Amino acid sequence: MAKQVQFSNSWVPYVFIAPQLLIIAIFFFWPALQAFYLSFMLEDPWGLSSTFVWFENYQTLFQSSEYLYSFIFTIGFSAIVVFLSLMISLVLAVKANSVLRAQRTYRVLLTWVYAVAPAVAGVTAYFLFNRHLGLFYDWIVATGWNFAPETKAFDSMAMLTLMAVWKQVPVNFVFFLAGLQSIPKSVREAALMDCESNMRRFWTITFPLLAPTAFFLVVINITYAFFDTFALIDTLTQGRPGGSTTSLVYKVYQDGFLGADLGLSSAQSVLLMVLVMALVMVQFRFVERKIHY
Amino acid sequence: MLKNTLAVMAFGAAAMQVQAATEIEWWHAMGGALGETVNEIAVDFNKSQNDYVITPVYKGTYEETMTAGISAFRAGEAPHIIQIFDAGAATIINSKGASVPVQDVMSNAGYDFDNNDYISGVRNFYADEAGKMVGMPFNSSTPVLYYNKDALAKAGVKPPKTWEEFEKIAPKLKAAGYTALSQSHTPWIFFENFHSRHNIQLTDGNNGFSALPTKLMYNNESLAMHLTKLKEWKDAGYYGYYGRGWGDNQSAFEKQEVAMWLGSSGSFSGLKQAATFDFGTTYLPYWKSVNEDAGSTFIGGAALFTMAGHSKKEYQAVAAFFDFLTKPETQYMWHRETGYVPITNAAYELAKKDGYYKANPDAEIGILQLSLPGAEWTKGYRMGFYVQTRESIYREIDRVMAGDTSVDAALNAIVKDGNSNLKRFARTVK
Repeated sequence: MAKQVQFSNSWVPYVFIAPQLLIIAIFFFWPALQAFYLSFMLEDPWGLSSTFVWFENYQTLFQSSEYLYSFIFTIGFSAIVVFLSLMISLVLAVKANSVLRAQRTYRVLLTWVYAVAPAVAGVTAYFLFNRHLGLFYDWIVATGWNFAPETKAFDSMAMLTLMAVWKQVPVNFVFFLAGLQSIPKSVREAALMDCESNMRRFWTITFPLLAPTAFFLVVINITYAFFDTFALIDTLTQGRPGGSTTSLVYKVYQDGFLGADLGLSSAQSVLLMVLVMALVMVQFRFVERKIHY
Repeated sequence: MLKNTLAVMAFGAAAMQVQAATEIEWWHAMGGALGETVNEIAVDFNKSQNDYVITPVYKGTYEETMTAGISAFRAGEAPHIIQIFDAGAATIINSKGASVPVQDVMSNAGYDFDNNDYISGVRNFYADEAGKMVGMPFNSSTPVLYYNKDALAKAGVKPPKTWEEFEKIAPKLKAAGYTALSQSHTPWIFFENFHSRHNIQLTDGNNGFSALPTKLMYNNESLAMHLTKLKEWKDAGYYGYYGRGWGDNQSAFEKQEVAMWLGSSGSFSGLKQAATFDFGTTYLPYWKSVNEDAGSTFIGGAALFTMAGHSKKEYQAVAAFFDFLTKPETQYMWHRETGYVPITNAAYELAKKDGYYKANPDAEIGILQLSLPGAEWTKGYRMGFYVQTRESIYREIDRVMAGDTSVDAALNAIVKDGNSNLKRFARTVK
């Protein structure tokens, strides 16, 4: 029986969670409110003058074909990155879980990439894929593919997707492996007696039991693809060629941090926040219902 | 670099013990070897007197440095001196309360200041309409043509003065196994300087000097013709387009895939170290058909601005530093070490007298080009939110070169974006 602690004063629990609440307030709510406020303003970069412009910043964005492209790119890119990195890591986790010898070594080898910072991964990829220096560039060209990420949109997107997936697979792998190992041996043995097909056992027994992990990973991966790929984009493509790899987050950075247009940039970050909140909400409402913990 | 920074700091500490020297900060965007030269200048200045101590702080790229300065200013922690690049000039000069014009800083501190001391191509770019200098030109460069001497000899051709000549020699270079040309900064070289070289207006409001401009004029026939030709050259294998990255285009020249490269006069020293072949330098080519008397180009690079909100004593220190910086000896050192042009006539004279150009004739091309006769539209430009407009230029040219859009559609898109940036910016200026 778990021991329950009852606080006699109702304010005591709040004291305990206060530090956490304070951190969230300072580092999340305050900046979010600031962005919300600035998104209705047209400001001089130095903050010397500002005008309230109602929804003009939003209107500008909705009329911009570049913003629309960036939106479509971000959704498409995220979908592909999430799908590929989940699939690959699931396969790797299942295989690593069934290996009997040197399981530890496999696990370490598959996990260490996680320790590479996205910016470092981006810089490394820049050199590997560079036409004048790159090893990968030579290999790709040797296959007959006239690879040119600096001028061809498709090549640039392919390179970025590859790096983004490579960076994310280890995280997913660790979680999937932990999920697989938490499935009781008795369940697996019972399933083995009932059904011979590996595939069928996986989809009817193992996968449903992994569903909570998979759901958690989908949420984490979407956030990753939306936000954390920024460092990769900044070091590897800077949104080029022709703006083809400009994600929504990168555009916030370009307009606000490079171009000093704080109003327009804030409006973009508010839209981005709404979009991600909506996505997560949809997932919790419609997907989570089907999952049994 | 670390050693120099430490030296600056150590010297600063030592000076403080002697007497309370006035300390000032200088935020800059000069990385690598350039950063070391910046530190050297600071150390020399600190050693040259006992009243002031300057500390240079590297803040990243030009854009990052400007953003750092903006956030610091908004937080009331602005540095004394900040380096702002050409495309950001409108951002700082139009905000009256953000900076103090360098000319005022100098005269308030009791220094004689005459802008005729500065070479003609440099004098106006960071000045207001009346010619009063707002920013102190610092690292000034201009686009020039570098050519591989062996490659040109192999093809039996001379470096082109005009684009018409280029069209004649490009097939020969191709036959000799080279792509004729690459270039490293489309907005700067093929947009802004294309207009100054051919003396074509950029925007209304006297290129933005006499009024906040609202109309960008990039959709003109001459530029459309040039870009159409460029695309034809690319398709014919005369022009190598390696995307918008500066380094990718420069290394194609260094690896001798490309026979000629348009870069910055400031690239000279770096190129000298990287290139394993003999190269020469000449003026940026022009179209005879557009303007027979092609003239001066704009300066590129950046200027030093004095931020508002500091004490009189600190401005005294800033003025003393600017005085030191513009001394012929300092300028000559900077010119020699980096390849950027000397900004004063006296420094240019010193370099000539010292025989520097006899030994390195290529090093003089930049300053000679900037000293070409100027005309109405060669002074400079002042365009708000121009960083974003440059982004549109990069984007559209990528698309033109990939064959995704036509030159006319690209220019219209650039003008549309540029105009909305200009109008937006004009409304922020009070």
